[in-house]
Amino acid sequence: MSVPKDYRYTESHEWVRIEEDNVITIGITDYAQEKLGDIVSIDLPRVGDEVERGEPIGMIDSQKASSEVFAPISGVVLEINELLNDDPAVINTDPYEEGWLIRIEVEDLEQIDELLSADDYEELLGKLDDEEG
Amino acid sequence: MSGHEDVKKTFLYDEHVKAGGKMVPFAGFWMPVQFEGIAREHERVRTKVGLFDVSHMGEIVFRGPRAMAVVQRLTTNSVGTVAPGKAVYTPVCLPSGGIVDDMIFYKVSDTEWFVCVNASNKDKDYAWFVQQTAGECEVLDLSDRYSQVAVQGPNALELMGRLFGDDVKAMKPFTFVRKEYQGAEVIVATTGYTGEKGGEIYVPNAAVVSLWRELLAKGEDLGVGPIGLGARDSLRMEFKYCLYGNDIDETTTPMEANLAWTIKFDKGDFTARDVLVRQRDEGCARALVMFVVEGKGIPRHGYPVMVGDEVVGQVTSGTLSPTVGVPFGMAYVARPHDAVGSRILIDIKGMKKVEARVVQPPLVKR
Repeated sequence: MSVPKDYRYTESHEWVRIEEDNVITIGITDYAQEKLGDIVSIDLPRVGDEVERGEPIGMIDSQKASSEVFAPISGVVLEINELLNDDPAVINTDPYEEGWLIRIEVEDLEQIDELLSADDYEELLGKLDDEEG
Repeated sequence: MSGHEDVKKTFLYDEHVKAGGKMVPFAGFWMPVQFEGIAREHERVRTKVGLFDVSHMGEIVFRGPRAMAVVQRLTTNSVGTVAPGKAVYTPVCLPSGGIVDDMIFYKVSDTEWFVCVNASNKDKDYAWFVQQTAGECEVLDLSDRYSQVAVQGPNALELMGRLFGDDVKAMKPFTFVRKEYQGAEVIVATTGYTGEKGGEIYVPNAAVVSLWRELLAKGEDLGVGPIGLGARDSLRMEFKYCLYGNDIDETTTPMEANLAWTIKFDKGDFTARDVLVRQRDEGCARALVMFVVEGKGIPRHGYPVMVGDEVVGQVTSGTLSPTVGVPFGMAYVARPHDAVGSRILIDIKGMKKVEARVVQPPLVKR
């Protein structure tokens, strides 16, 4: 299970990559896409929407289940990944790069400090693995 | 601490792992949820032939001179009076009309029935049968002796014929024969739960691995492949076949589930007959319908069904149809919104409401 070191994470399996000028990119982790299986459609907020940390902002549907996406940080949506409209399965094949979901302009970058580090997130995945035997 | 110490393996577990099956705990067993991908497996069954390990399901036998009266009383369908060699799908009800389980009765003779029940309900069913039988006939739980393989798809009967003889290719739906396989007695039945032609093979555990391998080898030119639980679920949904625990349970009756065709009111008295007669004559307050979503959003178990601002029901099953590419599902909907053509809304996690229309099943034509 891949967990890039320079990303930050949430307990609900989103990742955050810090770009420049208070902009972050959000996606779902390798673990999340593996759990969902073949992703068939997505539902994301629109450019200009305000999102609030911890609130659901979209839905990712696989053939067998649907999973909400939660905003890791509050802000305003700058951009969504248009590629996913035609080919949502990119999230399965490349969750950390091509399969990104949205970019957000963050009002308070300090919220990032409350997210999990890669090491924290790997520890969380280890615990989930144990629970599953 | 691991939470899955008690999860059992079917005798085909190693075959699934070798074939790249993604294993998950289901009804107390490690089962493959998918191999090459749900959509591709779904298509394989609709266009060629697929193999399902359904060894987790339970097998229970009723036997004895009084068994006929017992099975007629326990079930709603006419499982007793059909000819030997016939299989009958039936609910088994509580006196309230709620469904204990849905299952297939195979009539061996006028004094013996072989019954296939849902894995998750096996112990409950057996206890209910023993209690309701009250010693009138033998009730035997043979689940630990049998494995079960479903062979489903347009090429399924051809494949089964290659192993068990040409007579199998001409078998009518919902019949069964006994055959010998590697010295073991197996039951070859033309039953299944995908909407496709095909069958199910009940085989003693010791012979199932070679049966599985031989089906894969002899069906190579027919396009055979292993199929996981994911595709099993989307296949049965397209035909509006109920999944116990999702679409039916002890709080729903066969009349509400639109299973009236499985109720034979003229067969004499049976458990819940009075309740079901009343629902037939007065109508049910709700009915299990199939609907198609007109727009984006996949319905899932538990989502509210609305008309305007009013909640009129609940989704019981839903997915994206791999065959026709539209989101669809099954839901209990209050009258009169259950009529074919009714427009309803599906509330997707409070995030949005998508429009849907009640349709006549099945979603795909055979």
